[in-house]
Amino acid sequence: MAEEKKLFKVTIDNITIEVEPGTSILQAARKIGGDVAPPAMCYYTKLKGSGGKCRTCLVEVAAGSTADPRPMPKLVASCRTNVMDGMVVKNITSEKVIDARNGVVEMLLLNHPLDCPICDQAGECHLQDLSYEHGKESTRYEFDRRTFKKHDLGPYIQLHMTRCILCYRCVFTADQLTEKRVHGVLDRGDHSEIATYIEKSLENDFIGNIIDVCPVGALTDKTFRFKNRVWFLKPVDAHRNCNHPKCNGKVTLWYRGDEVFRVTARKDEWGEVEDWICNECRFDKKATADWVIDGPTKINRHSVISQGHYVGTVRPQEALYDVMGGRAPKLLMDIHSVSEVNRPEIDLSKLERPAHSTDFEANGTK
Amino acid sequence: MARKLLLEKAHVEGIRGYEVYRREGGYRSVEKALKTMTPDQVTEEVKKSGLRGRGGAGFPTGMKWSFLAKPEGVPRYLVCNADESEPGTFKDRYLMEFLPHLLIEGLIVSSYALGSKSTYIYIRGEYAWIPDILEQAIEEAKAAGWLGKNILGTGFDCEIYVHRGAGAYICGEETALIESLEGKRGNPRIKPPFPAVKGVWDCPTVVNNVETLAAVVPIINEGGEAYSKIGVGKSTGTKLLSACGNINKPGVYEIDMTISVEEFIFSDEYCGGIPNGKRLKACIPGGSSVPILPANLLLKTAKGETRMMNYESLADGGFPKGSMMGSGGFIVLDEDQCVVRNTLTLARFYRHESCGQCSPCREGTGWMEKILKNIEYGKGKMSDIDLLWDIQRKIEGNTICPLGDAAAWPVAAAIRHFRDEFEWHVQNPVESQHRNFGLAHYADPLEVVPA
Repeated sequence: MAEEKKLFKVTIDNITIEVEPGTSILQAARKIGGDVAPPAMCYYTKLKGSGGKCRTCLVEVAAGSTADPRPMPKLVASCRTNVMDGMVVKNITSEKVIDARNGVVEMLLLNHPLDCPICDQAGECHLQDLSYEHGKESTRYEFDRRTFKKHDLGPYIQLHMTRCILCYRCVFTADQLTEKRVHGVLDRGDHSEIATYIEKSLENDFIGNIIDVCPVGALTDKTFRFKNRVWFLKPVDAHRNCNHPKCNGKVTLWYRGDEVFRVTARKDEWGEVEDWICNECRFDKKATADWVIDGPTKINRHSVISQGHYVGTVRPQEALYDVMGGRAPKLLMDIHSVSEVNRPEIDLSKLERPAHSTDFEANGTK
Repeated sequence: MARKLLLEKAHVEGIRGYEVYRREGGYRSVEKALKTMTPDQVTEEVKKSGLRGRGGAGFPTGMKWSFLAKPEGVPRYLVCNADESEPGTFKDRYLMEFLPHLLIEGLIVSSYALGSKSTYIYIRGEYAWIPDILEQAIEEAKAAGWLGKNILGTGFDCEIYVHRGAGAYICGEETALIESLEGKRGNPRIKPPFPAVKGVWDCPTVVNNVETLAAVVPIINEGGEAYSKIGVGKSTGTKLLSACGNINKPGVYEIDMTISVEEFIFSDEYCGGIPNGKRLKACIPGGSSVPILPANLLLKTAKGETRMMNYESLADGGFPKGSMMGSGGFIVLDEDQCVVRNTLTLARFYRHESCGQCSPCREGTGWMEKILKNIEYGKGKMSDIDLLWDIQRKIEGNTICPLGDAAAWPVAAAIRHFRDEFEWHVQNPVESQHRNFGLAHYADPLEVVPA
């Protein structure tokens, strides 16, 4: 019999959980779930080396381990700090953490254009969620926000550098999924930007995945831009036999009516991609006929996307046409209740203009 | 006259060349270490000497060396940090320019102690003329048999390479330096793992400052014991200070850490006092990132004792009432200097040098600079001062590397000690454009708080 693996006991916000050695604090907290899981803007489970940069996942370590119960002097990035046996972590129970996170959110939004009303990412934007949950309603920043020269990344991907929070996820994605990375971070400090060195388009078969990993609206799908709001779309899991050796063709189709508006990879409850998909699946297969439908995507009830998610709900039956006995007026202007004007002898369908309450009077019945 | 260990021979004619350096007793320590000592004995000597890192943090060097992981079959590296970019610090430049062989000698001994067969000198890009000097020194040392294969017949191989940076302050941070050395973008790594376990190309690495490695030479020559007797308490040996600002004799000085700050500024042996009969207003005693101190707190500690030029005394009182030895960039400000402007200059530097990796530093440094600019140019508000305080508080300690702290500390200290000067700037937007706040009460003796 194999020797039983020693598990580490870690206490996060007074909840104790046992995890395998080598687990990060963030992963342990995600196992507990709910509010205990720190937000993460740059960390991505599937991308090696990601994390540690955005500082939103900072937590306080009140006791390092059973062997060395000293607290850690600074807040640590939970995504890149591994748990120790007997570690005590404070996340939402620590005032220091709340304060620091508040500061980080303010800093992240400092130069962000806050153009959510015209941003394609709105509704599925992690920065939006983060600022709703941890930010303040106003900013103390009184200066011009930084802007960038427009940079073309080719036919598939639109770059809005002003929205970028420099999480480096797209850089890691290109490094780890593609043969050659052609984009990266240029310059440094507050003027650093995602770009290709000399204008080049991103054309690798797997480069579309950088759209999915981008936590904000900095990288969006050119084939979907301005077509629809994500919360009007209904996500449906589907698959196809993709010929690409590295792509297994498991995707989410985003429908409105019968039309597929966009294709994305499937994401888990933390918004992370489950299986990378190739560009062909993402950009070129936008007909239901291309896909085998697996069923509706499970969406968190709190997500704004669930509002367009009609599965399991029964739409109230439309009674008007039955009440009107087959008469179909073009439009009822100032009529608020059908019962007021239920006059079968007047056929509003014969009107060439919208029906008005005066139409009933004109027939002289009153 | 204090004892000099590093710069003793700096003025000997031709000391930059191998012949003169050897004639003056150079490379004795290599002979001694390689022929009579084991690597562990060398480390032990450095430990005994109490030598502390001269790059700024003051971490005991011997301890740092003993942390180096030594797994079988994995190469180990020694990297010399010559990316000296802190405003006000120029001691390493002086040392490398005039005594290149001293550094090479220190590097050979240290490489022997650590088992590094390839040793790198990472030098800042702006020191454009120094790599040639170092490379020539390496050539000469190689020709004389101090470098290469089987040095002195002991079977120890060592090569030294000079690597030029591209001009980034952040590459002085050891993990950013390692990234840059590997040919990547100079972004600091997230620790742990520390370089002692995973450094250059994921191999155990020690990164030390130029002055630290040069100090290994006198330690081996005279013994750790003897070295530790120079100086006071935990501040052993001698320290190079680069003095600049409003002083009569700016330059690099070697001190043995037993003199007072007052003596250092006003004695003719060192800075030679302040020119034009002006009075001392403030001083940044250890390079731009350490807290600035007003004259009264600089010369005397909060307990009323005389402040000495050593690690402990300068840090006495913690951040509220003290500062740090730092990297030894001693910047003196006279009564004509404006602390707001000085803080703005530093904030601009840190904004420019932030690598942009983590959000508090990337966004916060720029924000602080903009606010300070407003205050300096008469457009500030009273609330801006509290806002600055809050921003620096949210940067400090929340970043990947110490650059965030280094950017926050000068602003914090300036507001802490010179708040009335900031307020004067806000309340007198017109007057502050053509007149300085002056010395005010910053040199008045402080009430002594009994400890």
